[in-house]
Amino acid sequence: MPRLTRWYLRSALLYLVLALLVALLLAARPLAMLPPALLRLQPTFFHLFMVGWVTQLIFGVVYWMFPKYSREQPHRSETLAWSTFILLNLGLLLRVIAEPLHSPGETSPWGFLLALSALLQWFAGVGFVINTWSRVKVR
Amino acid sequence: MPRLSAYAAHAALIHLLTGFTFGGLMLADKGIPIHPSLVRLLPAHIDLLLFGWTAQLAMAVAYWILPRHSQAPKRGNERIAQISFIALNLGVLLVGFSPWAGLAEVLHFAGRTMQFLGIAAFIYIALPRVKPSGSTG
Repeated sequence: MPRLTRWYLRSALLYLVLALLVALLLAARPLAMLPPALLRLQPTFFHLFMVGWVTQLIFGVVYWMFPKYSREQPHRSETLAWSTFILLNLGLLLRVIAEPLHSPGETSPWGFLLALSALLQWFAGVGFVINTWSRVKVR
Repeated sequence: MPRLSAYAAHAALIHLLTGFTFGGLMLADKGIPIHPSLVRLLPAHIDLLLFGWTAQLAMAVAYWILPRHSQAPKRGNERIAQISFIALNLGVLLVGFSPWAGLAEVLHFAGRTMQFLGIAAFIYIALPRVKPSGSTG
């Protein structure tokens, strides 16, 4: 298994645990009389699960198992693949921090960080598609 | 990988990119308001990424790597697999973009019906291939 895939799978598992911890907190909110502001974590929970766990698991396995790009460059661009991993994780972490702290409709530094998080994750998506597209081959 | 898996994987990558673009726009809008109508991208964002990307990529890979039958058609009825691919993608587009069209509820229902048919057709050809490798049948 390539080193990048191991990084993807380990961080995916970490995000799975994190997603479930946030879900636990959301479930405890009405029972423990926790503040209603915690409801802002709902989209954070979905994205920790779907981007952090599901998408990273898929990205890691595709990088490993899809047909080789060429004998010299089996995974096409290693640099682009690592950049994708870093951008996706930076973007997601920024979202996890900024989203609960930002009040929608207000201008705040957290709002700018949310927009930056969107941009980083979008670049990660573009990087993954570019690196994977030509590895989808008919044999 | 077989041609149909390649088509489905490429379609899944297009859905991923479109879904990420819509999600990125909505998230950026949450941080720095861009346009109030961007929230209408939510159903497309969800359907493109859940069905168009995640489910379709899993189906593409399953069609490629599940154990093959010993006799032709080795990967099951190809026509049904093609119907599954077309129905799923039409369904995703109909559900995702119905909020912008007239008859939104009708298109939404038609899209869900197409998605159901696409998934059911896939299960019909994939299920008999869920067997120990090398077994006959």
